[in-house]
Amino acid sequence: MSGTIFRGPLDGGLLIAPLDEFTAVYHRASGITHLLTEPAPQILAVLGEGASSLDVLLERLGRDYDLDDGTPEALAARLEELVEAGLIERA
Amino acid sequence: MRYAFSVRIGPIGFRIGSDWRAPIAELQSLYRDYPKPHDGVPDFTVRLFARRPWRRLIRPSVEIGGDYMLPEAAPLPLRQGLLAAEMAMNLQMALGARRYLLLHASAVERDGRALLMTGISGAGKSTLATLLAVKGWRFMGDEFALLDPATGLIHAFPRLISLKNEAIAAAEAAWPTARMGPLMPATPKGDIRHMVPDARAIAAMDVPATPALLVFPRYGFEAETRPVPPAEAFVRMTQASTNYVALGEAGFRSLTGLIADVPSVAIDYPDGASAIEQVEALWSAL
Amino acid sequence: MVRPVNDAHILARALADPASIVGLDWDGWTALLTMARAEQLIGTLAMRLDGLPMPDSVKAILADARAAAEHGRRAALWEAEMARRALSAVDCPVILLKGTAFVAAGLSAGQGRSIGDLDILVPRVSLDAVEAALLAAGWEWVKPDPYDDVYYRRWMHELPPLIHRDRDRMIDVHHTILPLTARITPDAAALIDGSMALENGLRTLSPNGMLVHAAAHLFADGDLAGGLRNLWDIRCLVDDFGMDGLDAEAQSHGLCQEVGRSLRVIDALFGNGKPTGIDRFYIRRITARDGWGRPTRPLTRLAFYVRSHWLRMPPAMLARHLWTKWRKA
Repeated sequence: MSGTIFRGPLDGGLLIAPLDEFTAVYHRASGITHLLTEPAPQILAVLGEGASSLDVLLERLGRDYDLDDGTPEALAARLEELVEAGLIERA
Repeated sequence: MRYAFSVRIGPIGFRIGSDWRAPIAELQSLYRDYPKPHDGVPDFTVRLFARRPWRRLIRPSVEIGGDYMLPEAAPLPLRQGLLAAEMAMNLQMALGARRYLLLHASAVERDGRALLMTGISGAGKSTLATLLAVKGWRFMGDEFALLDPATGLIHAFPRLISLKNEAIAAAEAAWPTARMGPLMPATPKGDIRHMVPDARAIAAMDVPATPALLVFPRYGFEAETRPVPPAEAFVRMTQASTNYVALGEAGFRSLTGLIADVPSVAIDYPDGASAIEQVEALWSAL
Repeated sequence: MVRPVNDAHILARALADPASIVGLDWDGWTALLTMARAEQLIGTLAMRLDGLPMPDSVKAILADARAAAEHGRRAALWEAEMARRALSAVDCPVILLKGTAFVAAGLSAGQGRSIGDLDILVPRVSLDAVEAALLAAGWEWVKPDPYDDVYYRRWMHELPPLIHRDRDRMIDVHHTILPLTARITPDAAALIDGSMALENGLRTLSPNGMLVHAAAHLFADGDLAGGLRNLWDIRCLVDDFGMDGLDAEAQSHGLCQEVGRSLRVIDALFGNGKPTGIDRFYIRRITARDGWGRPTRPLTRLAFYVRSHWLRMPPAMLARHLWTKWRKA
């Protein structure tokens, strides 16, 4: 799993509107609106800069967003949800 | 078609064709003070027709058709023809409207600013809009409020007010001078009677308003007022819009903009008088 | 333009020759827009008439139609993309058909076109693997009815329809382009072999393959409902690609008659051709629509409904099928 590269919509592929603990995300390619909570918007922000592996993502979330309490297992579960929603894909 | 009528309600033009005279005559009478569609070209066509030629005369049954249809729309007896026309017009809006984000909400205006009320059927959005209109607010509509993605303004859609069951007597008492359509007992929705919005609502229907307050009323509870968190308001409004998805990016921008700019408040109320008081208090605190 | 409009020729003319709308009065516009909606051609019409002088009210209605078509295009391409992801592990070509193929390949037939379900063609040997992969990725059967299911699997050219549980969109998985009960049996393997790759790895039929499929769908597999839109597709494909090799392609699938009729009918509807013989009857059916958007010419329509079932199923089978339907209704 940790070797898998994940790819998300690049910059401009999403419209993001923070609401409260939820963030509304409009996915331009599908026309679908998603309501996301931490750390999903942050994952999408990191992947917006380019494809990334789980390990690199974990490190970036800790460094850039202070999300350093996550485990690889928890992150893998979040990534799986985003894959199922069509927001990201395995490269 | 054999009989036809066209009308403009707010920015939306309709053409209604019918195999029978009665529904058209009722529409002509109730909508007599409304303008015609811009340029004479309606946005939507509605058809009231007999499935078979003989069903025009024998046990006449009104099939509902138009530009946009639902296969499950069941026919109505001819004496409910006006209801069929109104349902069909609503259906065109719900399925076909693209220029505005359609909010399933009632709306009233004061000083150029709009109060939107939305909620499940029975929450009282229609009744409250009528009561507020009696108190001097301008009635903008009791079914759909039209949010313009280009300007963020609310456009009025003051169609006939569809009163149900006990709301009929309440509205007649509140507004004794209002013009009323025929009483249609025992429709699929109960007793129905249509009321023509007041002259001011019709005269000012082309004047949009800036949204200022979003209220989620709930009837039959102790008076209580609580703020609605933005995410909850957003989700409830996506569910209260029939064309949010169809508008795509414009819908997303309009709705997130509305939620960001306008406070959302839930109101529980035991009766109309109390609701008016709660709304007025919120309004003056804006 | 005083006489009432009771025939969709006005719509065909507006599509083929947009300048013909100049001078249309209010009632003419109303009839044209209503017919275009009823024939699901309003988006196409809006693209064709873009930039021409017209009343502001019409301009606004057509701008809405363009926006709706753009939204439909996006949703259709996304559905294709989700199918691509779901099927990426199945080792078989996945060929987009009809509207989705037109927009994915950027063809003129796709401009403004309304698109319904996602239609894909896969080799028959891959059908089970494709079905399993789609079910695993969130698609579900639409009808739990065992009669329909048996009917589909035994006689149709596609799996029973599947719908995605979250996105609420249908997918039709075909393994050939006509039902197995049809008189004609096109060479599906040759169509698949001749298909062309898109950038993302999905495929479309070859230009002549698309033409043959459109003609087969219209004249060998339907009651001509939506016929005007299908004929517009064919006209656009001919415009985009010409007709080199079309005769040979049609011949190899046994579809010469259908392709020939398509070409004659588009020439009559969108050009200057004079229809003769039975073609005139087809054109009467295809243009049976009035200015209120109502279907007209019920007898002509009925003839084509019966004929459509006849074409797809040998008579005894038709009787069995209708009987089962009646008994259940």
